Amino acid sequence: MFNRDRWKEILEVLTSNWFRTVLTAFGVFWGIFILILLLSAGKGLENGIMQDFGDISTNTMFMWSRSTTKSYKGLPKGRSFLFKVEDVQSIRDNVPELKFISPRNQLGDFNGANNVVRGIKTGAYNVYGDYPEISKQDPMTMTSGRFLNYNDIKEKRKIAIIGEGVRAGLYDKDEEVLGSFIKIQGVNFMVVGTYKKKSNDGDGEEGQKQIFVPFTTFSQAFNRGNDVGWMAITANDGTSITSLKDKIMGVVKESHKVHPDDQRAVGHFDLYEQFQRVQSLFGALRFIAYFVGILVLLSGIIGVSNIMLIVVKERTKEIGIRRALGEDPWSIKLQILMESIFLTIISGMAGITLGALFIYGVNTLLDISGPVDMFVNPSVSLGVVVGALIILIFSGLLAGFIPAQSAIKVRPIDALRTE
Amino acid sequence: MIEIKDLHKSYKMGSNSLHVLKGLNFSIAEGELVAIMGSSGSGKSTLLNILGMLDEADSGTYDLDGVPIKNLNETKAAKYRNRFLGFIFQSFNLINYKSAMENVALPLYYQKVPRKEREEKALKYLAQVGLKEWAGHLPNELSGGQKQRVAIARALAAEPKVLMADEPTGALDSKTSYEVMDLIQKINDEGNTILVVTHEEDIAHMCKRIVHLKDGVIVEDKKVEQVRAAQYVK
Repeated sequence: MFNRDRWKEILEVLTSNWFRTVLTAFGVFWGIFILILLLSAGKGLENGIMQDFGDISTNTMFMWSRSTTKSYKGLPKGRSFLFKVEDVQSIRDNVPELKFISPRNQLGDFNGANNVVRGIKTGAYNVYGDYPEISKQDPMTMTSGRFLNYNDIKEKRKIAIIGEGVRAGLYDKDEEVLGSFIKIQGVNFMVVGTYKKKSNDGDGEEGQKQIFVPFTTFSQAFNRGNDVGWMAITANDGTSITSLKDKIMGVVKESHKVHPDDQRAVGHFDLYEQFQRVQSLFGALRFIAYFVGILVLLSGIIGVSNIMLIVVKERTKEIGIRRALGEDPWSIKLQILMESIFLTIISGMAGITLGALFIYGVNTLLDISGPVDMFVNPSVSLGVVVGALIILIFSGLLAGFIPAQSAIKVRPIDALRTE
Repeated sequence: MIEIKDLHKSYKMGSNSLHVLKGLNFSIAEGELVAIMGSSGSGKSTLLNILGMLDEADSGTYDLDGVPIKNLNETKAAKYRNRFLGFIFQSFNLINYKSAMENVALPLYYQKVPRKEREEKALKYLAQVGLKEWAGHLPNELSGGQKQRVAIARALAAEPKVLMADEPTGALDSKTSYEVMDLIQKINDEGNTILVVTHEEDIAHMCKRIVHLKDGVIVEDKKVEQVRAAQYVK
């Protein structure tokens, strides 16, 4: 295969009719170009949507209590109930596959009234009572100070971690934040940290406008007693939360005397299920990209096959001479196959290269014009490129097979008679 | 060198078959220069194709230097052609995009002779046919006589047991024909066995033996006094 004479001959044959070679190569070039483009566009969309998920751990569900819809054990329907702190421990005991269970309480909501005061500035923010684990379920980057820890929980310290959005609303630009106090519904908290996080709600604004205080402090300061507003529950990496959620809800239904078949008493949002749905959408997109790309590539390959047939026809006499001089038929077959593979690979490489340049251009454009909704960093992985190369080699073989077969079917005696 | 017995060959032409060779027997010894003569349709080309392993006989035996030639697959036939036979065609059949030297080196390439050795040998044979300084030229830069000499060099390059020439002078004027025949005679003088198919009387008489074919049978097989072509060449 690494034979100087053979390669020389391949180049001689392919360069003998430049225009035709380029036209033929264009078919394959175009196919692989489209394939790369479609895949990278799909990837860009995927990256965009994945960014909207933010850093949140996707194997997570949120669970909150509502009112019952079935009477049970002598209790009427329509009864409302609240999760208790004890529920956390009983879930942990009954469902060992869970990684984190964070009970949460919350003050304020979208478009809520002003609830935070600092000096003469006020603002409406979401205030959460949380355990330290929440930072692993909904990751954030500390920009100064620290996050909650268990000493804060134990000692019910009145401290707060505020988002960069809160800081911008309540502080002047270069004012010292750490150690200052903010008043949340009349209670003073000392700010010990600021954070920034990737958004999971589209515009990213809301994520920066949150205040975290220790769960225990929150309960005491805002009279929540043992109540838990909702829970964020993350399963171990090996198990999906979707498979565990019935068990988890079973535990809380049991302890709150809710009918086991009451579907509406416990509200939940399964992030993992949503995530899987999006994932399968991208799987489908990838499939379409491959399907269309490969079909376009196929038409290119048929073009190559066609041209190789013509080349064999044109060279019938030459093939006849070579066979009369005693060239092995296999050598002729190999020659045709290699020409075909060479042509396919060269044009495919050109397609890959141009596709990559195109993606690079799009990325540069995106960088200049700022972020576009749901479209981030279109790209193809090295694996895709290697895969494309394998497809090319295979298709080169395919394209050359019939012509090569017809080349060795030529009987030298007939070939020599052709004038 | 060549021994054929009771060779038959017929072609199917639609519903009826054409019996071309009707039981040929003859043998050629080493160092002979034999002309096969006959009008068109006499079967001389068919005979040459069978002797050249480009075609197979229906029945009969063919031995080449003691090796029985029968039931060859294409790979084997190609190998035998490469080792045993050198072809010279009426239309030269050089490969257009290869230089004279590359054309001559071709049979050696198929024998997987290393590149350097191949080129040395090719130059040697080109020198033998007097075209050493034309080695780098493409066939279309050569005259008809030169092309045929390159073809002869190519046929010699693999050092075959038998040279087979199919109307080697058919496309040449009489002057260059004599030059080519002179070359063939000289090669024969060195002890090579050569078979020439021709329908030209004067060319046939430059050989040492004439086999006359008519309607698929040998009608005459005689030794002749060789006419040297050199006397016509200045």
